Amino acid sequence: MKLYEYMAKEIFRNNGIPVPQGRVFTNAKGVRDFVAQIGPVAIKSQILSGGRGKAGGIKFASDPQEATEKARELLATDLKGLKVDLILVEQKLTIEKELYLAITYDGARRKPLLIASAAGGVEIEQVAEELLVKRLIDINIGLQPYAAREITRQLGLTGQIAKEVADIMLKLYQIYRKYDAELIEINPLVIADSQALAADGKMTVDDDAAYRFEKDVPLVEEKTTVEQRAAELGISYVELDGEIGVMANGAGITMATLDLINEFGSSPRNFMDAGGGSSREATASALEILLSTQPKALLINIFGGITRCDEVAKAIIQVKESIDIQVPMVIRLVGTNEEAGIALLREHGIESYRKIDEAVANVVAFVKAKGA
Amino acid sequence: MTIMINETTKILVQGITGKQGQFHTSQMLASGSKVIGGISPGKGGQVVHGVPIYNTVEEAMVAEKAEASVIFVPAKQVKNCAFEAIDGGIKILVIITEHVPLHDAMEIMAFAEMKQVQIIGPNTFGLISPSKSKIGIMPNSIFIPGSVGVVARSGTLSYEIVSQLTNAGIGQSTVVGLGGDRVVGLSFIDVLAQFEADPETNAVVLVGEIGGNAEEEASIFIKTMSKPVIAFLAGKSAPPGKRMGHAGAIIERGKGTYDSKVVALKAAGVSVASLPWEVSELVKKALIKKGEA
Repeated sequence: MKLYEYMAKEIFRNNGIPVPQGRVFTNAKGVRDFVAQIGPVAIKSQILSGGRGKAGGIKFASDPQEATEKARELLATDLKGLKVDLILVEQKLTIEKELYLAITYDGARRKPLLIASAAGGVEIEQVAEELLVKRLIDINIGLQPYAAREITRQLGLTGQIAKEVADIMLKLYQIYRKYDAELIEINPLVIADSQALAADGKMTVDDDAAYRFEKDVPLVEEKTTVEQRAAELGISYVELDGEIGVMANGAGITMATLDLINEFGSSPRNFMDAGGGSSREATASALEILLSTQPKALLINIFGGITRCDEVAKAIIQVKESIDIQVPMVIRLVGTNEEAGIALLREHGIESYRKIDEAVANVVAFVKAKGA
Repeated sequence: MTIMINETTKILVQGITGKQGQFHTSQMLASGSKVIGGISPGKGGQVVHGVPIYNTVEEAMVAEKAEASVIFVPAKQVKNCAFEAIDGGIKILVIITEHVPLHDAMEIMAFAEMKQVQIIGPNTFGLISPSKSKIGIMPNSIFIPGSVGVVARSGTLSYEIVSQLTNAGIGQSTVVGLGGDRVVGLSFIDVLAQFEADPETNAVVLVGEIGGNAEEEASIFIKTMSKPVIAFLAGKSAPPGKRMGHAGAIIERGKGTYDSKVVALKAAGVSVASLPWEVSELVKKALIKKGEA
C-alpha cells in the first residue's frame, strides 16, 4: 500500500527527520492565512501516481493571493485520471543540493537494500549506475552509524551536512523497520539553508503486515471498486481492459491463462486468482464479480489440487440458477473429483473441457463470432 | 536418487491440528512421507492420523530427530514457528503459508543462512520426490517417479506442467516449488545446482514467471550445466505495474519482463516453450538428444 506524501512526511517528522513546514488542505480556504505566515510556497497535489511534477501537479506561489488561486486551480483538476482531493502547501526552499535516498529490499539477496545518490531530484532510473551507492543491510544488525558514515563518504559529503544526512539514514531505516516498509524514498533529500531535509517522501508499506501498524497509519485505497470487493473476499484480482472474464486458481496458472487468451487472438478483461481450496460460496461471489465487469465471455480454468472440481461445478450451477448469465461461459475442469464435476455441469447443460487449449480456443471463438 | 528429500527423510508438521495441517498430513502419509511428529502447543500427547503431537519442536526432537519440517500456521505466527524449527535443528524447512510479512521473511532467511538451513517458500506448494516423500500440498495423483527435475515459482501452473509430463510418460526425480513471494528461501540456482549434481536427474524443467530477476540470474548458472534445461514462463501478456497475484509477479521500472527472461534463458541454451503443452515435447527431444530417453 502506498502512502500519500503528506502521510510519509508526518511519519518522517514524528521520527525526527526534518521536513519543510507545511499543511494539508482539502479546499482553498485557509491557504491565504497560512501563506501569509510562512511566505513563498510550493503547492503539491496529493496523488499516488508517479510523475506528478511533469503532469503539472506541483505549482509555486509567492504571495497569499497567488497561492489561493493556484490551490483552487489544482483542486479542480484531474491528474492522470485521478481527482485531486488534497493539496500540501509547503514552504518554498532555497535548494543548494539535491540528493537521493531510499531503502527497499533485494529479493534475490533476501535483504534490506539502501540506495543513495548525490544526483537526486530526477527519476532514479535515469541516474547512471556508477552514481548510485548501494548497500545491502544485514537485518540482524540493522543499519549502524559506521555504515551510514561510509555511505555519506561515498556520496562525497563532509562536515555538518554529512552528519545530518547520516542521521537521516539511520532514522529512515528505523521507520523502514517500524512500518514494515517495502520502499521508502526521499527524492530529493535537499540541502537548503545549510540544513538537510526531506523535500519529498514516498512510502509503500507491506499490506501483509498492516495489522502491526494500522492504528498509526490511515489506510489509503488505490483500488477500483471491483478490486476492492474482490479484496474483501480474499480474491486476488486485477482489472484489465480486454474482452474475456477469467477465473482460475493459482497466480501462475491465471497468468498463463491470460497469455493463452492473447495467443489465441483475444484479450483478458481481468486477472482473477480465486485461490486454492475456496468454498462454494466464495466461488459464487467471485463469479458475480466477474459478471459485473460485463465481459463478452467467461473462461473458468480450474486445476483442482486442494480445490475440488465438484465443488466448483456446484458453485457455477448455483450462480447460473440465480443470475441470468448473458454471456457464453467456457469451463475447463481437471484434477481432484473432475469426473463428478464434469458430470454435474453436463446435467445442467454446461459443457466443460479437460484440455486447456480446447477451452481457450472455444471461448475465443465465441467472442469472435459475436464480434463478427 | 533424488534431491533434498527421499524415503528416509523424517518430517515434522508444525500446525498439525489445524484443518489444512490435518488434511495434508494424511495426504503426505498416503504418498509415503515419513511424518514422525506434529507440533501444536497445548496439544502434546494427542495423536493425529497416527502421528504423535508435541508442544514444541524441542520436545519432538528429543523424542525422535527430524531433518525436515513443514509449517501450516497462520501468517502472523510463521516467524516464530520458523525460528523454532531453525533453532531446533531442522535442516529443510517448508513454509506453505502465504501473506507472510516481508520483514518477517527477511528475518527468517537471515537466521536460516546463519544456521545453514534450506527454506522452501513462503507461499509454496512444497517439494516432492514421487513415490518416496512429499512435503507439501500438491495432489499426489499427478506425479510419477522418473528422471526429470522440476523447479517452479508457482503452484497450480506446476501442476499443469507436471501432469502433462506424467501424461506423456515422463517421470520426475524431484519437483520443488520455490514460492511466489517477494523474498523466498531457495533460488532457482540453489535447486538447479542440486539437480546438476544428482546422478539420476537427466533434464530439468524450470517454470518461471514475470517479475524480479530470478530467471535472468538462473540463466547465468545454466550456462555451466551439463544437463538440458527446458523452461516455461507465465505472464507474457501482463501489463507493467500490476501485481499479478503473486507478490513477486510484477513488472517494475521496466524490469522483470517476459522478453528479458526469454532472451536470457535462450542465450544460456534453454529450450523455452511458448505454450504450456509444448513442454513435454521439448523434454522428450532434449532427452533423445542426450541419448537418455
